[in-house]
Amino acid sequence: MNILVLIKQTFDTEEKIILQKGIINEDGVNFIINPYDEFAIEEAIKLRDLHGGEVTVITIGPERAENALRTALAMGADKAIIIDGEDQDLDEYSIAKVLAAVVKGREFDLILSGNLGVDYGSGQVGPRLAEELNIAQVTTITYMEINGETAIIERDAEGDKELVEVSLPVLVTTQQGLNEPRYPSLPGIMKAKKKPIERLKIDDLDFDDDIKAKTTVMETYFPPKKNAGRILNGDLKDQVTEIANLLHSEAKVL
Amino acid sequence: MNFLLSEEHKMMQKMVRDFALNECEPTAAQRDEEETFDMEIWHKMADLGLCGIPWPEEYGGAGADYLSYVIAVEELSRVDASVGVTLSAHTSLAGWPVYKFGTEQQKQKYLRAMAEGRSMGAYCLTESGSGSDAGGMKTKAVLEGDEWVLNGSKIFITNGGYADTYIVFAQTNSDLKHKGITAFIVDRSFPGFSVGKKEKKLGIRSSSTTEVIMENCRVPKDNLLGKVGEGFMIAMMTLDGGRNGIASQALGIAQGSFDKAVAYAKERVQFGKPISSLQAIQFKLADMATKIEASRLLTYQAAWREDQGISYGLQSAMSKLFAGDTAMEVAIEAVQVFGGYGYTKDYPVERYMRDAKITQIYEGTNEIQRLVIGGYLLKD
Ligand SMILES: Cc1cc2nc3c(=O)[nH]c(=O)nc-3n(C[C@H](O)[C@H](O)[C@H](O)COP(=O)(O)OP(=O)(O)OC[C@H]3O[C@@H](n4cnc5c(N)ncnc54)[C@H](O)[C@@H]3O)c2cc1C
Ligand SMILES: Cc1cc2nc3c(=O)[nH]c(=O)nc-3n(C[C@H](O)[C@H](O)[C@H](O)COP(=O)(O)OP(=O)(O)OC[C@H]3O[C@@H](n4cnc5c(N)ncnc54)[C@H](O)[C@@H]3O)c2cc1C
Repeated sequence: MNILVLIKQTFDTEEKIILQKGIINEDGVNFIINPYDEFAIEEAIKLRDLHGGEVTVITIGPERAENALRTALAMGADKAIIIDGEDQDLDEYSIAKVLAAVVKGREFDLILSGNLGVDYGSGQVGPRLAEELNIAQVTTITYMEINGETAIIERDAEGDKELVEVSLPVLVTTQQGLNEPRYPSLPGIMKAKKKPIERLKIDDLDFDDDIKAKTTVMETYFPPKKNAGRILNGDLKDQVTEIANLLHSEAKVL
Repeated sequence: MNFLLSEEHKMMQKMVRDFALNECEPTAAQRDEEETFDMEIWHKMADLGLCGIPWPEEYGGAGADYLSYVIAVEELSRVDASVGVTLSAHTSLAGWPVYKFGTEQQKQKYLRAMAEGRSMGAYCLTESGSGSDAGGMKTKAVLEGDEWVLNGSKIFITNGGYADTYIVFAQTNSDLKHKGITAFIVDRSFPGFSVGKKEKKLGIRSSSTTEVIMENCRVPKDNLLGKVGEGFMIAMMTLDGGRNGIASQALGIAQGSFDKAVAYAKERVQFGKPISSLQAIQFKLADMATKIEASRLLTYQAAWREDQGISYGLQSAMSKLFAGDTAMEVAIEAVQVFGGYGYTKDYPVERYMRDAKITQIYEGTNEIQRLVIGGYLLKD
């Protein structure tokens, strides 16, 4: 069974975000594998160990993102692909196009990705890629079992559980609760050095459509600081008048 | 020259750091309070390949270097110095002499089991009457046919009771004094071997420290380590590297106390502002951080020298001396930064302060390190 895992390198969740002239400052920042993607890597390794085959981890990103691939290789993935994403304006639309171009022509039975990135939190890349490839998709999965050509999957449906049977190939996005990602072992780290990493450039890929980003980021800013709440008191009628006034003059929603 | 860690070193550092935070820290205070050794943590370290970091794969090791090993001990000790010393004694004091002086057969049997974490190692030099003066030991070994018969007892043995493989030093010819000392690999299953009293300690309380007793303990001739009469040399050479393991432990304790002190200083408000804004606190933190950095450079340098195959005995004595003193100083200052809270068990800094003291004592007290350093400096 051939398994592809889409991963992304993100800020360590412990890092404080610093904005400099509207741009997020990356100086001295610690990067990690997007925590949701760790579930995807772990599940892929477990399925490979059970059914045989190969696990390939794929990322689009700057050179530093190779460290995320090495960590995935140290956890037990077999090989990796990095697509140089530097100097390109890529949104979820273009990323899915690029990934589709990389994946087409490769053999795969299963694609896993994190349910969302802890940085931009769009949760779009997995589903968009499935659409591009015209294959089935199941999102936010918390359990998976493969029987021959079908997969039995449990997914998190807004707190409820949904049981899905789907035929391969399928793309799934992973949710907390699916598994307990392993630490990369020291021998794993030592072996990761010798595992192959394929380096691709976006210009080397073939596209049917334009991959130019469909969205533009106008401004990046912190959410306004939340002020302490206020409890109104006094006569009920006066309170109603006051709240209506506040909604009009302060919150400006009326 | 390059002072940056490689990507592999950084990756393993992160792995051990995550492991220490998730698997050791939650129970560290309780294990300290109850003086319990946790075999579960040992098994998990074995699964991650941490029990034989510098040994080649052919002996079950991870095939990494000594720098990786000191980083691992540092990261473990940053959270729990007891776990740190378990690994340090196992690797430097029991694994190393078998790797350096063992026969191929001994390496396949004992080093492999230790490297894979199937067995734990311990080092038995100290006796009640001989600590700093290790050459004055009384434990005797006499050859009877195909077996050596050992009689005597060792005290303060780290990993005692949990270890399976004990490197034991004994007199085989007392006329020759330290030149009559011989090293043996003693399996805990050998007849006549037993574990005695467990020490109740000030610090590293969840590390096991026990007496080890040999009463007509029969050790097969094959378990002689090195040659007859080489024991003292093996013991001292083993400590050369072991000391750097203790330096790493001390470094971890210092870094851990410092991290806690910084976090607390930023949050604690007195006189209307965080105490971290006071110069008195900033000066303390500056001194702490500077000494920690110097300790790290000494420790990593000694490990790097061993990796390069160049002499490191002098450097390890220096790293152990400096890092040990730094750990003690920094831990005391961390308690000070915490004020009254630091003195209570509600915060971990009092544990770090108790743990730090041992790093100035074992594997040669810091007075003995100065003797060693002086010896190197004045050797012609
Ligand atoms: C928790 C713990 C774990 C240990 N683990 C091990 C272990 O795994 N294996 C093992 O073999 N041993 C172990 N030891 C023993 C340890 O190495 C000794 O305690 C240490 O070497 C000091 O010996 P001592 O306690 O007999 O002190 P002593 O040698 O009696 O020293 C007492 C004081 O005199 C000073 N002193 C002694 N001689 C000199 C000198 N020539 N010049 C200047 N000052 C001197 C010392 O520095 C010290 O301050 C452990 C000890 C402890 C407490
Ligand atoms: C065992 C014990 C018994 C006690 N008994 C009593 C008792 O009987 N009655 C009682 O009232 N209290 C008692 N205390 C409280 C004790 O007096 C306080 O803990 C002590 O005054 C320090 O205050 P703090 O713990 O709030 O530390 P903090 O005031 O928060 O100090 C934290 C650190 O910041 C430093 N710092 C604070 N302000 C400054 C500054 N302006 N300039 C430079 N450095 C500064 C401190 O020196 C310290 O290093 C006791 C405490 C303990 C631990």
